[in-house]
Amino acid sequence: MMLSSEEPTIRDKTAIVGVGATPYMKRGKSAPQTLEELVCKAIIAAADDAGIAVPDIDGFAYFAGGFDTGSLVETLGIKEVDYTATLTGSGGGSAGAIGLAASAIVSGFAETVVCVCGVQQGDLRYGAMPLSYDATPESCFYQSAGLVGPGHMFALLARRHMELYGTTREHFAEVALSARLNAMSHPAALMKKPMTRDDYFAAPMISDPHCLFDFCLETDGAIAVIVTSTERAADLQRKPVLVHASAHGGAREWGRSIYWMNMPDDVFASSGHGAVARRLYERADVGPSDIDVAQIYDHFSSQVLMQLEDYGFCARGEGGPFVASGAIRFEGGSLPINTDGGQMSGGYIWGMTHVCEAVEQLRGVAANQVKDARCALVTGGPSNVPVSGLILRV
Amino acid sequence: MDNRIAKRPPDVFFKLVTDPWTRPFWDNAAEGYLSAPRCAPCGVFRMPPRPFCPACRSQDVEWVRLSGTGRLYTYTIVERATSPGMDDCIPYVPAVVELPDADGVRLISNIVETPIFRIAIGARLSVMFDRLSDGVTVPRFRVSEAP
Repeated sequence: MMLSSEEPTIRDKTAIVGVGATPYMKRGKSAPQTLEELVCKAIIAAADDAGIAVPDIDGFAYFAGGFDTGSLVETLGIKEVDYTATLTGSGGGSAGAIGLAASAIVSGFAETVVCVCGVQQGDLRYGAMPLSYDATPESCFYQSAGLVGPGHMFALLARRHMELYGTTREHFAEVALSARLNAMSHPAALMKKPMTRDDYFAAPMISDPHCLFDFCLETDGAIAVIVTSTERAADLQRKPVLVHASAHGGAREWGRSIYWMNMPDDVFASSGHGAVARRLYERADVGPSDIDVAQIYDHFSSQVLMQLEDYGFCARGEGGPFVASGAIRFEGGSLPINTDGGQMSGGYIWGMTHVCEAVEQLRGVAANQVKDARCALVTGGPSNVPVSGLILRV
Repeated sequence: MDNRIAKRPPDVFFKLVTDPWTRPFWDNAAEGYLSAPRCAPCGVFRMPPRPFCPACRSQDVEWVRLSGTGRLYTYTIVERATSPGMDDCIPYVPAVVELPDADGVRLISNIVETPIFRIAIGARLSVMFDRLSDGVTVPRFRVSEAP
């Protein structure tokens, strides 16, 4: 669907002009730095990358917390904030936060917005995150069953997908193996040891059908991304990466998803991105076949297959055969994904690594550079609503 | 053939909290029967119990006594203790159970007292009730007939 220039849209009106990251560190290795310190380091690095002064930042757009604007402006000497907002939800908004920043700029609330996420894991294992939530009348319905983590919950969807479509653990393995190969040639990635098919099948089973290598890493670190108007971006030092389209939200039928398990049968074994993908493509003037490289939120291998289906790269149920064909490989794939090793082998900063890698691909400076990449998809968090999607291009 | 018996999940992660909308589910379980809330005006079942019917927004609800049979919609076999308190419970089997006499609304529960090899999507299930150490009763399921 083409929109005329008079219609309200964020399309290509803003650009990512700077990215910055701390090193990715294995869970717990960032001490004695505080989470705010990590976040500040990422913001400073992103401003340096953009060639702007930190005090010129006038907006913040988040999707996850643990730090706060008041403290950041005090610490970093930011002069005045005109926009500070967070997407709701629990981490599904990484791609959507860039859209939030774009909407702030297009609507005149702010000129230079930073999207930042920092992760610092203490004693609480994210694999057991739901155990840390206070019991509620609704949560008792999954807590009583011993569903201790998201990996256990998504295993229920994975099993259903296997039953309905003949998906196999070989297909999940391909997602993990492809990610590891990409990580091995990416300087920032954490996991450098080669992984074979035999290694995958020898890994401990955690929550069948999910084994250890179907899970993402646990990482400390922070990533910041600076967004400004496309007009202003033209005067900055980096090649602007245009925010082409963004969507966040989801359908009622997805709702709390893994905490609910009453999604209708036709969407149960999915990533819940169907509604967001549809609106994302409606707002874009590109479709799935125009995407050169995709950074697909990979907390669990099985959810990568289901997102590939929901974003239209293959038909529902065909995610397994699609990856088995080699389609997602950096070498020779028709749709290279997670070219930095993703969250399974690169680093897990709740989806922000994916934004960072998409920008590097479109700048043409990625470690595993997809030739002539001009259009990238980034997804955020199969989780409860909202989930999110983002199309960037140059 | 995996002859291991599906154990009970760890109780340490579960402390019952209720509100007026969920309370009857647990009270009825303690009485020894499975139940689900149905919207009084429009007849739509919902689970877990929430204060409004998602189809018509009514708050009028009637609790329906169910037969206690179910069908296995999906499941996972927890094979590794990843948090303290899980060690003695491996393997256990969280399951999503379709309740045919509540229009197929699903309950998150467990398969217990069943050899792993008999557990498969589509299996017919029958409810049993576990009384936990704190006195709370939790409905769980056995496979009564493999698919």
